[in-house]
Amino acid sequence: MAKFTTLTSRMMPMAVDNIDTDQIIPARFLKTISKEGLDKQLFNDWRYDAEGKPKADFILNAPEWQGVAILLAGDNFGCGSSREHAPWALTQWGFRAIISTSFADIFKSNALKNGLVPVVVSREVHAKLFALVEKDPQAQVTIELASQTLSLPDGTKVEFPVDGFSKHCLLEGVDELGYILHQMAAIEAYEAKKDVELNTLQPS
Amino acid sequence: MSTPRTIIEKLWDSHVVAEREGAPSLIYIDLHLVHEVTSPQAFAGLRARGLKVRRPQNTFATTDHSTPTTPRALPIVDPIAKAQVEQLETNCKEFGIPYFGFQNPKQGIVHVIGPENGLTQPGMTVVCGDSHTATHGAFGALAFGIGTSEVEMVLATQCLLQRKSRTYEVRVDGTLKPGVTAKDIILALIARIGVGGGTGCVFEYRGSAISALTMEERMTVCNMSIEGGARAGLIAPDDATYQFLAGKAFVPKGAGWDAAVARWKTLPTDDGATYDHTISIDANTLEPMITFGTNPGMGIPVSGVVPDPASISDPLERDSLTKALKYMDLQPGKPLAGQPINVVFVGSCTNSRMSDLRAAAGVLKGRKVNPKVRMMVVPGSMEIKRQAEAEGLDKVFREAGADWREAGCSMCIAMNGDQLQPGEYSVSTSNRNFEGRQGKGGRTFLASPLTAAASAVTGVVTDIRALKS
Repeated sequence: MAKFTTLTSRMMPMAVDNIDTDQIIPARFLKTISKEGLDKQLFNDWRYDAEGKPKADFILNAPEWQGVAILLAGDNFGCGSSREHAPWALTQWGFRAIISTSFADIFKSNALKNGLVPVVVSREVHAKLFALVEKDPQAQVTIELASQTLSLPDGTKVEFPVDGFSKHCLLEGVDELGYILHQMAAIEAYEAKKDVELNTLQPS
Repeated sequence: MSTPRTIIEKLWDSHVVAEREGAPSLIYIDLHLVHEVTSPQAFAGLRARGLKVRRPQNTFATTDHSTPTTPRALPIVDPIAKAQVEQLETNCKEFGIPYFGFQNPKQGIVHVIGPENGLTQPGMTVVCGDSHTATHGAFGALAFGIGTSEVEMVLATQCLLQRKSRTYEVRVDGTLKPGVTAKDIILALIARIGVGGGTGCVFEYRGSAISALTMEERMTVCNMSIEGGARAGLIAPDDATYQFLAGKAFVPKGAGWDAAVARWKTLPTDDGATYDHTISIDANTLEPMITFGTNPGMGIPVSGVVPDPASISDPLERDSLTKALKYMDLQPGKPLAGQPINVVFVGSCTNSRMSDLRAAAGVLKGRKVNPKVRMMVVPGSMEIKRQAEAEGLDKVFREAGADWREAGCSMCIAMNGDQLQPGEYSVSTSNRNFEGRQGKGGRTFLASPLTAAASAVTGVVTDIRALKS
């Protein structure tokens, strides 16, 4: 997994609550068996018209917003399906962090496994950030993971929550599967102890 | 005397493999269900690392999402979907995983065939790369959706790193009125708490109205837990659970069965156990529900009116509702009943079981689907399809003018060619009404099979209780 330490970027505002994974990447693009090239379908149905041409009024298409690494979104970002294609598409486009008031559970879990940091802020800070971007689209904020702080241009520092384990994994680029594989002895002991219960699947 | 525990805590405690300071708990997974869409990259990951599937005997695969619902003798036309279905077959063969493939008579929607074959059992942890895995919670299992990275972890180790969820009691007491169904219970819950209301929680549905539900109805309720933000939702096992499972293909038989039932009987929540959150719903007052907007929380009684954004104080929430009504092209303050529709879809892991098909057929018997409406009925599994045909339900649907299909996720997720056209309105028994969910530009009203079938007959959104005979 890609490491995450510090990120300074402008924030792309997307003032919509409950942005679901079908908007992030519609299901018809999930027939792929690879992880690659999903950035092209990121926000596909908001991004392209019926002929497949980019819509000029959708922010992701605007030339001045290319290269931005932080998405500022409405409440409960990532609700809906469990598709990990959503964080794959977001990171492939270039996002490394999303700021919202809350995230759906499965999306958050998937994001953290792909070096995409969900930054949860209060409603007050959230409103302040949207006001800031509206006033000055060039305004940059800095996310520092080690100190779990979001720094605003006026010098304000806001703390955000990240559980210790996810933080460690992001800072060091730790791979969770590798971590679990190191606990094989505990897994074997558990299986030995619960042998009967684990073998209730008996085809007949 | 030990501290009273909820079923959620009992399931958690019995699946902790290891706990380390500063890390999430390592949790054991008893049943891993796999489908074609969220698994190929996980198998590729196993190959890249040279890993095997740790317990193929606790892993089970089928193909449902990209799978056509046209007659099985026909080839899969979409080359990308075909490649994905074939990749699953290759992966299952290579890694030794039992597989109900495209041509298998037991193929079906993963959340339908798990219970149908007795793979899903009380006391289990069940995962699948699909957010509707909560369906299996109907059996008193801790069942939740996972991402593809986690699919790879479970394939390789049979374990996941998880944090304990908060417990959320959803009490539903009383008796449902005629025309009101399990689907209306869950739509009413989500309308009350919102699509983020259960974030970080596991629901336990309980109370007299829940106990009175059949297993199929319980699956409908648990299925949509994720639409309320909860990763999992469950119902403690009882006699209805054991009766449903007895004799199913994968459950233990003889002495093994007796021992399993004895274990399962220890699962229900202890008297005196407490929850982090509680909500109470009065079943007596519930109405048939329908959604009007672009997330499942935007629901109203079918006799109600479309809400007005002007009545909402929070600016972002107000904008979201305005955006939803614009997409749906609906006017605030107007009743939804009477709204013309183009399509009716009966199917999905929410409502594609025998009782759902019987309910829809009961409405359609002796009636016709309105000529302006295209109605599609998609059984949840090939087994259900056979059973429905044995009962003559297929004839009822066909004679009414509905399309009777093969098993799969179909128009719920619109990956397989079954989809709405831009601008079309559909009454669907599925679980999501997000923008474009059932086809780009399509507009979805979520409702029960009764409401869907009644609306198919009239061609407009219809309260089943007002349908003239």
